Amino acid sequence: MTTALYDLPGPRSRRRHLLYGTGASVILLALIGWIISLLFDTGQFTAQKWTPFTYKGIQELLLTGLGNTLKAFGYAAVLSMALGAVLACARLSDHRAVRWAGTVLVEFFRAMPVLVMIFFVYVALKVEPLPALVTGLTLYNGSVLAEVFRTGVNSVERGQGEAAYALGMGKTQVMTHVLVPQAVRAMLPTIISQLVVALKDTSLGFLITYEEFLHAGKLIASNLDYDLPFIPVVMIISPIYIGMCMLLSWLAHWVSRRQRRNPKVEAAEVGAAEPGTLLPGAGPGLPKPPHA
Amino acid sequence: MNVLLDNLSLYGEGLLGTVELTVYASLLALALGFLIAAFRVAPVGSLRAFGTVWVTVLRNTPLTLLFFAVLLGLPRFGLVLPFKLFAVLALGCYTSAFICEAVRSGINTVPAGQGEAARSLGMTFPQILGDVVLPQAFRSVIPPIGSTLIALAKNSAIAGSFSVVELLGTYKTLNELGYSIIWSFIWIAVGYLIVTLTISALFNVLEKRWGVAR
Amino acid sequence: MTHLHSWRLRRPLAALLFTVLALAATGCGREGSPPAKGPSADQLPHYTVASGFRLPASPTWTKAKRRGHLVIGVKEDQPYLGERDPSSGRYSGFDIEIAKMMSASLGFAPSTIVFKTIASANRETALQNGQIDLYVGTYTINPKRKKQVGFAGPYYMAGQGLLVRSDEKGIKGPQDLAGKRVCSAAGSTPYQRIKADFPRADLVGYDTYSVCVDNLLTYQVDVVTTDDAILLGYAAKAPDELKVVGKPFSREPYGIGVPRRDTALRLALDDALAAQEKNGNWKKAYEATLGLSGTPAPKPPPIDRYPAG
Repeated sequence: MTTALYDLPGPRSRRRHLLYGTGASVILLALIGWIISLLFDTGQFTAQKWTPFTYKGIQELLLTGLGNTLKAFGYAAVLSMALGAVLACARLSDHRAVRWAGTVLVEFFRAMPVLVMIFFVYVALKVEPLPALVTGLTLYNGSVLAEVFRTGVNSVERGQGEAAYALGMGKTQVMTHVLVPQAVRAMLPTIISQLVVALKDTSLGFLITYEEFLHAGKLIASNLDYDLPFIPVVMIISPIYIGMCMLLSWLAHWVSRRQRRNPKVEAAEVGAAEPGTLLPGAGPGLPKPPHA
Repeated sequence: MNVLLDNLSLYGEGLLGTVELTVYASLLALALGFLIAAFRVAPVGSLRAFGTVWVTVLRNTPLTLLFFAVLLGLPRFGLVLPFKLFAVLALGCYTSAFICEAVRSGINTVPAGQGEAARSLGMTFPQILGDVVLPQAFRSVIPPIGSTLIALAKNSAIAGSFSVVELLGTYKTLNELGYSIIWSFIWIAVGYLIVTLTISALFNVLEKRWGVAR
Repeated sequence: MTHLHSWRLRRPLAALLFTVLALAATGCGREGSPPAKGPSADQLPHYTVASGFRLPASPTWTKAKRRGHLVIGVKEDQPYLGERDPSSGRYSGFDIEIAKMMSASLGFAPSTIVFKTIASANRETALQNGQIDLYVGTYTINPKRKKQVGFAGPYYMAGQGLLVRSDEKGIKGPQDLAGKRVCSAAGSTPYQRIKADFPRADLVGYDTYSVCVDNLLTYQVDVVTTDDAILLGYAAKAPDELKVVGKPFSREPYGIGVPRRDTALRLALDDALAAQEKNGNWKKAYEATLGLSGTPAPKPPPIDRYPAG
C-alpha cells in the first residue's frame, strides 16, 4: 500500500513499525482491560441487573420500542424522499418565483437543527409525538435530499439534455426520461447514506416522549426494582442501534461500488456514500454544479 | 417582538450556551479528529484498527444515545463532572469521527506521485507531511469540516434536554411564563440561523483564502 | 489491496452478527415480571361502574363515549403514585387508582382505560391538543396552570420535600441547599420554587424524576426535591440508599387536569371525587398504594368547585 505519505516499508521500517504496533496494542489492551475491570468493580454484571432481561415482558417492551423506531424511520424515509423530489423540482423550475421559494425553504430547513423543528411541531402546533417526529425528520432530510437530487440531475452530462431537447422533447420529458433515471441511480448511495442520518435521528423522539427504542431502554434503566441496570441497557441497545445503522451504511457503500461499474450511470458521476457536505446558506465561494 | 425584548437576557444566556458548547466541542472534535485521522493513516496496524473502530462506531451511533450513555452512564464509574462538560465530551467525540473522515479523505486526495516525488528529492517524512501533503489536504477539507461544524452547532440542541443551558431549552421557560410559543420559536430559529450562518461565512472566507483553486 | 477487500466483506457481516445476536438474545424469555422491591398490596379496591351515566354537555366525554374508553395521561416512574411495570406494561399507584375511580364514575369500566405516559413539561400541551382526556399525575393546581387547563379536585394535599442519600448529613431542610446540586423536573412547581426562593442552589432539570433519583444515587446531584408523596415512594423502594429529610415546605394540592373549556366534565369529576371520598373508596385506594410507604391516610382536602371563566 503506497500513499502520498510513505512507500512500502523496507526491513528496518518494518521492524520499527512492529515495535510501534506492539506498543500501541499493549496500551489499547490495557485500556480495554481497565474498562472491563471498572465495569466489574462497579457491579455492572450482577445477576440482579441482568435477570430482568430474561423476562418476556421486558424483551417485548424492547422489541415494541424497536418497532416504533423502525415505524418512525419508515414514514420519515418515504415522506422525505417525496418532499425531496418536490423541492428539487421547485429548485430546477424555469419560473424564478418557484425556484426562489424552493431555495429559501431548502436553505432554511437545512440550517435549522432537526430538534428545533420537532419541538416546534410538538409544542407549538400541539401534535402527537410520532407525527411531530416524522414531520421534523421529513422537513430536514427532505431538504437535504432535494439538494442531492438536484446535484444528481445537474451531474448528468450536459450533452444528454441538449440532445434530448434537440430531438424535440419537452422539459418534462427530458427530465423523466433522460435526466432523473440516471440521476437517481447515480445518487442512490448518497440517498441511502442520508437515510442512515434519518434512522439515527429517530432517537430524537426519545426527547419528546415518543415510545421508541431508547425510551424503552430508559424505562428499564431507571427502575429501582431492577437495581438501575443502566449499563446493561446501554450494552444491549447500542449494539442494535449501531448494527442497524452499519447495515444501512454498508448498503450505501455496496450500491456505490456497484453503480460505479454500471454502464447505465456512465453519463453521471456516482455520488459518494456519504451524506452531503455542502454548506448551508453557501455564498458564492462554493463549487456550484454546472447548470444545464 | 415582545418575547425577544422582554427576555433578552434569557435568550442571550441560551445563545451564549449554544455558542460555548459549539466552540468547546469543535475544538475537542478537531483535536480528536486529526489525531484519529493520523491513526487511520498510520503504518501501525493496531492504531489503524482503533481508528477504524472509533469512526465506525461513533458514526453509526445516534447522538441521543451517546448523550444518554455519557451523561447518565459515566457518573456510574465515579466520574462526576458538570453537565456542560459531559455534553462537550459527547458532542466532541461524536463529531470527531466525521472530522476524521473529512481529514482522511483530504489526505487521500493528494496523489501518491507527489509523495514519491518528494521522497526522491530526499525529503524526510515530517517534511513530506508538513510541506507537501498536509497543506494540500487542509485546503480540500475546509468545506467538509465547515459543514461538519455546522452540524455540530445544530446537534448541540440535544444538550438542552439533558439539563444544559442552551438556546432551544429557553422555550420551556418562555412557555411556562405564558409567552407566545410561535414567537419564542421564531426567535430561537433566528438564534440558530445566526450561529450556523456565522460558521458558514467563516468557512467561506477560509475557503476563499486557502481553498483549492477549482 | 487484499486486506481492504476482506474488510469490505467483514464489515457487513459484523454488523449482521451484532444485530442478529442482540435480537436472538431476546428470542426466548420467562413469563411474568421480575421481582419488585418494596411492599405491595394484596388486593386493590374495586370500583362500581356508573351505569347510564351521561354528560352530553362535555365534548371530552362525548368523544370518549364514541371511542368507548377514556385516555388518561399519567406518570410512569413514580413508585406508589403512578408507576408502570416495564415488563407487563401495567400501571399502578395512587394516581392510577384515582384515574380508575373517575373512569368508573363517568361510566367507563376501569379495565378499558388507555393510560399514556406524559412528561411533566408536556402536560398542558397533551390536554390542549386532545392527546388525552384527563391527566392524573401529581399535578399541582396553581393559578398559572388554571389559565391553560381546568382542574377537578384537589384529591390529595402534598408538600415539597427533599430526598437525599442515606449517608447525607449536611442537608436537613431547604435552608441547607446553597451550593448543592438540586434536581427536579424541568418546568414543575418545585423546580420553579427552588429557582425563585433558593437562588443559591445549583438547579438541575430533567423531564422525569426517575432520572433525578438515578443522578442522586450516582452522586451527580446531592438532593432531589419535589412533592413528599413522590419522594416517599422512592424512599420506600430503596430504604438503604435514600431518605426523605425535613418538613414539607409548601402545600401542593393535586388536581385532575381536564381541557380548560370543559367545565361540565370538571364539575362532574368534582362530584365523582366527593362521592368516592364519602363511600370509602378513596381511603382504600390510599391504603393499597401510598399507605404502603408507612404514612397513614390523611383527610382528603376540600374540593374546590371554582366557577368557569
